[in-house]
Amino acid sequence: MSNNQPFNLLTPGHNGCAGCCDSLAAKYVLMAVGPDCIVVNPTGCLEVMTTPFPKTAWNVPWIHSLFENGGAVASGIEAALKALGRKGNTKVLGIGGDGSTMDIGIGALSGTFERNDDITYICIDNEAYMNTGVQRSSGTPRGASTSTSPAGTVSFGNNTNKKDMPAIMVAHGSPYVATTSIGYANDMIKKVKKAADITGSTYIHSHAPCPTGWGFDSSKTIEIAKLAVDCCLWPLYEIENGEVTSVKKIRNPKPVEEYLKAQSRFKHLFKMEGGDKEIEAIQKSADKNIAKYGLDK
Amino acid sequence: MAVNLNDKSKMTVVEGSYATAHAVKVSRPHVISAYPITPQTHIVQDLSQFMANGEIPGCEYINVESEFSAISALIGASATGARTYSATTSQGLFLMHEALLNTSGMRLPIVMTVVNRAAGAPINIWNDQQDSIAQRDTGWIQLYAEDTQEAADMVLQAFKIAEDKDVFLPVMVCMDGFVLSHVYEPVVLMDQKEADEFLPPFKPDVCLDPKKPVSYGTLGDPSVYTEFRFLQERAMQNALPLIEKAADDFKKITGRYYGGLIEGYELDDADVVIVTFGSIIGTIKDVVDEYRANGEKIGILKVRAFRPFPMEAIANGLKNAKAIVVVEKDISIGRNEGALFTEIKAGFYNTPMRTPIVGYMVGHGGRDIRPMHIKKIVEATKEVAKTGKIVVESQFNDVKEELL
Repeated sequence: MSNNQPFNLLTPGHNGCAGCCDSLAAKYVLMAVGPDCIVVNPTGCLEVMTTPFPKTAWNVPWIHSLFENGGAVASGIEAALKALGRKGNTKVLGIGGDGSTMDIGIGALSGTFERNDDITYICIDNEAYMNTGVQRSSGTPRGASTSTSPAGTVSFGNNTNKKDMPAIMVAHGSPYVATTSIGYANDMIKKVKKAADITGSTYIHSHAPCPTGWGFDSSKTIEIAKLAVDCCLWPLYEIENGEVTSVKKIRNPKPVEEYLKAQSRFKHLFKMEGGDKEIEAIQKSADKNIAKYGLDK
Repeated sequence: MAVNLNDKSKMTVVEGSYATAHAVKVSRPHVISAYPITPQTHIVQDLSQFMANGEIPGCEYINVESEFSAISALIGASATGARTYSATTSQGLFLMHEALLNTSGMRLPIVMTVVNRAAGAPINIWNDQQDSIAQRDTGWIQLYAEDTQEAADMVLQAFKIAEDKDVFLPVMVCMDGFVLSHVYEPVVLMDQKEADEFLPPFKPDVCLDPKKPVSYGTLGDPSVYTEFRFLQERAMQNALPLIEKAADDFKKITGRYYGGLIEGYELDDADVVIVTFGSIIGTIKDVVDEYRANGEKIGILKVRAFRPFPMEAIANGLKNAKAIVVVEKDISIGRNEGALFTEIKAGFYNTPMRTPIVGYMVGHGGRDIRPMHIKKIVEATKEVAKTGKIVVESQFNDVKEELL
């Protein structure tokens, strides 16, 4: 490894799309934690694009097992390090997408957090199953058109609200849960480092816009990520031992329209009759975040 | 079971599950993870008690929320360089299915006791061997125990086989539910010194370690995938002599021996040979003894290893038979045969071997198999030996017409 080690722990040259959110998020995570870690990466874009055998982009020990077992594999690694007397300061990290974290893998992850095993789990949430072609997940927000919740003459797209995964992890008694965005790199790096340094099961939920799945230019990944935060659809906070300990203030929240307009997954809302009502409902959920976390105070 | 005389003084009466748990303990595992399910529970309860008493130093026990997470936790632990163990059965094993393939694909030498139980529906907690047989293509070595002592001793042998650098495959140690798991029998509980002499510490060349980063479980596209499977198959073939060697080495240290890949009982001159595996052999031995007392040449070929499939050893064991009958507690539905029967027939096809061979599917869902059932099977097979004619090739042993 070169002297630029923190930047090379996930090397360039992998198969990610231009403007890929996963590679940015994973890079931030490794910049925060450094080389003394073991990464568990459930099935998803990140795993596929970084490890086409015999190549790997990972300069840290890395394992992909299955889609739905990231939490359990991480628990096993942590137990093995302890049993073998190799724990030291080595951090065990899970890095999974919204599908593997919030849907198919939530059972195994719940087990890990209930036991409070000493791992840090990072969900890179790009709000749909991107690896298989943009199907909805429980991370998909209301109104988004995906390949399995398409907009149509009688549908405004996904008709469910986004699952509040961080709240579920808080309910497990996790000592540290934080939301981050790849649009705010320093904030994310700081929180990941903090999470990794805390003993027990800690959770980072990172919002991660996907140009391919959401329909925006690949140069705008960071811009879109910031917009989600700035219109209060994705509040940034820390919850320590069940208490909210920090919130990123948004003094002048932008209207959600600005965020929705910038992505083709929401474009039908601006064309269909009744779309304005859907946009209103989405604005209401942003307003709820503002009130709940006191974002504008 | 071949007990040497010195062992008798060391014998103690314990439950089969306890004997297995004790064998796990003296194998010095680093990580155990399991989920309770009947009839496997006593093994994991005993292991939990050992942990609570501090009797397995340097071991971590992970209580998980499902069998799927039990095997998944071991995947992580084994890849990190730990010796790992789990136990399950039936529905738990089925829940693990996806991860079983993943384990063998990543060449992780996990050892797991499968306490054989029937598959639902209808839900049934009693013994047959459908569960492990249904996992035959998952890339796990499968060994079948005849009695509680063998099931326990097989755990140590399994670790030795699994961790051999020419193998590096996971191993299932299969023992019949209730019949072995819940029975109290005199056994020798292996002492730590003997166990250490037999089983060296697990030191893999490669593992998840920040000092030497490697990637496990990468994407294998069509240009490389075939070679992964080829190497798994080669490792299985490598395991054949090593299963025998593990049994031989174990005998040298303990005096106990149950066969290598197969074991014969009154086999060499037998006209009718019963081929089977698992605890049913105990009953069949009694029946064979009766026949032998009457001067009739009936014998048993016990199959210890089902994967890798020891066709050469089986064919050699059957070379003098006049008729062969395969008796097993499973069925491949839609083929109307048990898996062992199908595979033995297939193994003979391109050989000069033309001995008639028939199959019986018995004991599904724990239905009792008594000497009278075995005798009926033997009598029918004697007729096949005499006439050389097969009337029914494969059949259920005991179907109650009134329930159909």
